Amino acid sequence: MKDIAPGLETLEYVFPGERPAGDFAPVLAGVVGSGNLEVLVEPAPGSDCSIRIETSARGFGGIWEAVVRDFHARHPLAGVRVSINDMGATPAVVSLRLDQAVSELTP
Amino acid sequence: MPIPFASMDRMNWNTKAIDRADRLARARHALGRRLLGKQVATDAVGALLEATLQPGDRVCLEGNNQKQADFLARALVQVDPQRVHDLHMVQSVLALPEHLDIFENGVARRLDFSFSGPQGARLAKLVSAKRIEIGAIHTYLELFARYFVDLTPKVALVAAQAADAEGNLYTGPNTEDTPAIVEATAFSGGIVIAQVNELVDAGTTSLPRIDVPAGWVDFVVRAPKPNVIEPLFTRDPAQIGEVQVLMAMMAIQGIYAEYGVQRLNHGIGFDTAAIELLLPTYGESLGLKGKICRHWALNPHPALIPAIEAGWVESVHSFGSELGMEDYIRARSDVFFTGADGSLRSNRAFCQAAGHYACDLFIGSTLQMDLDGNSSTATLGRITGFGGAPNMGADARGRRHASAAWLKAGQQARTGRGGAAGTPRGQKLVVQMVETFREHMQPAFVERLDAWTLQEQAGMDLPPIMIYGDDVTHVLTEEGIANLLLCRSDAEREQAIRGVAGYTAVGLARDRRMVENLRDRGIIRRPQDMGIDPRDATRNLLAARSMRDLVRASHGLYAPPKRFRHW
Amino acid sequence: MNVHLSYAECPARERLQRIVDPGSFHEWLPPAERLTSPHLAALGVPSSFDDGVAIGRATLAGRPVFVAAQEGRFMGGGVGEVHGAKLAGLLRRALRDRPHAVVLLAESGGVRLHEANAGLIAVSEVMRALLDVRAAGVPVVVLIGGANGCFGGMGIVARCADRVVMSDVGRLAMSGPEVIEASHGVDEFDARDRALVWRTTGGKHRWLTGDCDALVEDDVEAFRAAAIASLDASAPVTLETLEAEHALLAARLALLADVSHEDDAVALWSRLGVADAARVGDLDVDELRALRPA
Repeated sequence: MKDIAPGLETLEYVFPGERPAGDFAPVLAGVVGSGNLEVLVEPAPGSDCSIRIETSARGFGGIWEAVVRDFHARHPLAGVRVSINDMGATPAVVSLRLDQAVSELTP
Repeated sequence: MPIPFASMDRMNWNTKAIDRADRLARARHALGRRLLGKQVATDAVGALLEATLQPGDRVCLEGNNQKQADFLARALVQVDPQRVHDLHMVQSVLALPEHLDIFENGVARRLDFSFSGPQGARLAKLVSAKRIEIGAIHTYLELFARYFVDLTPKVALVAAQAADAEGNLYTGPNTEDTPAIVEATAFSGGIVIAQVNELVDAGTTSLPRIDVPAGWVDFVVRAPKPNVIEPLFTRDPAQIGEVQVLMAMMAIQGIYAEYGVQRLNHGIGFDTAAIELLLPTYGESLGLKGKICRHWALNPHPALIPAIEAGWVESVHSFGSELGMEDYIRARSDVFFTGADGSLRSNRAFCQAAGHYACDLFIGSTLQMDLDGNSSTATLGRITGFGGAPNMGADARGRRHASAAWLKAGQQARTGRGGAAGTPRGQKLVVQMVETFREHMQPAFVERLDAWTLQEQAGMDLPPIMIYGDDVTHVLTEEGIANLLLCRSDAEREQAIRGVAGYTAVGLARDRRMVENLRDRGIIRRPQDMGIDPRDATRNLLAARSMRDLVRASHGLYAPPKRFRHW
Repeated sequence: MNVHLSYAECPARERLQRIVDPGSFHEWLPPAERLTSPHLAALGVPSSFDDGVAIGRATLAGRPVFVAAQEGRFMGGGVGEVHGAKLAGLLRRALRDRPHAVVLLAESGGVRLHEANAGLIAVSEVMRALLDVRAAGVPVVVLIGGANGCFGGMGIVARCADRVVMSDVGRLAMSGPEVIEASHGVDEFDARDRALVWRTTGGKHRWLTGDCDALVEDDVEAFRAAAIASLDASAPVTLETLEAEHALLAARLALLADVSHEDDAVALWSRLGVADAARVGDLDVDELRALRPA
């Protein structure tokens, strides 16, 4: 915890995608409230899935990595950019919101 | 030829009766005209206590889980410590500051109890400052049991709703622990003192019913304000989150339906409130009405109202009452245990016995669990005890009658085992339901419980464990259900727990191959394996989503305490 | 079980989508444009992609309207610099484009204190813009029904509008209950006495005293119907209406001159001619509607 700069922590992950998401209108799931987060999913050029997280709950990078890795294993999207604003949601809530956002991509 | 034995030259086998007569005489003398029959003037309560108590007495003060004999507690703090000191307190719950004040000022020295939630931190400090000796922490029924063996109170200070001139007591909906306490005290030469909210004159007013007969009561004093009762069993549905809805769905589908659980107890919490609120909706959609949840050992949870109204519930026996539920209970006398007068009769001792022997399932939450399945709410810096959970969450090894759920659980635990461990018997379902992370991202799953450190700190004989791992049958988290009954080795049990411990360090350290294997064998089940899509777990499934919804479900009969209103 | 969809339960965006004609909402400055707070990150507080308010155009019963919905769960719906600018910008555009009405789904604690002066200025700009729109004959309708209520500067904004619609779950006031208790002591106002809080600031009280124009159930359909009914409710501020308001308030003060501290709202309702005033807290919206004095 001491190594983390004061303020919000920013974490970024990139995964090689498999399933092209195509073009779609941006999707938003969740609200930035205590113990909650918002997830914005947008189309992106290329075939990666990039995930950027800004969180007030600092020092949990290891857990975030495991969570997004499992998310990508469930939904190996390609050409997608995921942006998250988080206020201390537990991994259970994070996974739920990510899945909720993706479910709105595929009707 | 009879063998002669030396018999004690004991002249007097009636010392208790004589002692009791002495105390009563001292009280009469000290109170004079402030004692009328059994009725003590309110301002004479201090003199009463100083006359009836002796140093070193064992005293039971009603600190129940819900109601408090708070007037008597305040009076006890005020007695002259030169006259009354080194009391041995035996009581269920340390709820009020006064319950510990008497240790600070030397009135009391030793304590045997069950639960101290609100006073846990202060209790820990007093222990380390050596101002208090703890005899032991008990579960409620265990403590009541010892009132009849080696912890019999000499003086009982209890709370009742009303008394008549003779000294009969009406304890009403919040009868709670009183019958057990009073019986033990009255029938061993002890003194029973009751604070009451009202005195009836039997002329214009009378007791609705008699809960404690006058013959068991020595003194009655009218308290200036009604005794404190806390609404501990009310949970605002607005605070139930999606993760709790998901876990509740798994409980209903993965356990209640799976085993056919008809008789159960819920430990209080938002998780179990979610289960109660999902029965008339999710449970209904699964066609489970009548097949599960007909009989309950449970306080009158407002969250159960929709299920009762929808016809799920045949009977509820309660430990105590719940503020605001009185009129609803009266109007649903088919379901609740009510007297001829219409009001609830609760009884913690009998309800704990019901939960132990007559229920097939206990489900509750915890703060920490280790890899053996041991769970505890003990945390550093606080000594809190566990209330009824150790009793509810324990297999009832004396049980002999069968039920489908009990037999199935027992069979799952014993199939393939030999010897004593394999002798066919049933087993109670004991489910620990917990989110993998608590507030502030504290993991619920740990390699070593805080309880071990607390044992060292407080000098206890054993680490304070709420429910032992070998009694836990299922661990339910947002990741799924681990069925410990089916595990056949410590390694399997460990991986089963790791396999539902999510992203905690314990969970991340799982052996992935073993966990997959456990899932293949049905020892670990994910929501999908139970036909549950986590995206369906929304608050829309709750039969009531606000306090007002509960009021409406009760047809206006439920009147929530002010703190719960939002309209 | 849930025949009605609770307005208070729904997040802001869902309320908005369900109040306006289905599929008619077009959002301006949507989350993807990332118009976020320039202040919060420095304080270690996460931002929201829409800074807690969604704005845009839609139709209501076929008529073009501009709409905004504040998300009460983000920073308590507090108005920050960007949030306020979105509201003020929406209103100024309304002045230019003259939609049939502007509908504000308000849920806010007022100024977002984290943004200090920027928030204060933003709220004042919203007030000014709203009054301009009102004066131009475009009705501004405020819907209040979220769990956090409408307080502080947004409470004032709401009362600057042509029409206010509240549910009985909603609250409208300037000072919040905790602030009153902290300033004047628990004997004066016990913020944990929630029945008292709602008697003092809740929808029923506001409606009985004429501080809101319509009282509805905590139900999205009911709010939609009330919004549609308010589409033509333009009520420009004139000297006459101001003087009438002053007279009403003076009369009310006189009415309560001798009321003791314990009686609070029940006494006021009684004196205003509400029958069985003590039961107001327990009545349904339908039952209460029958009681409002003329």
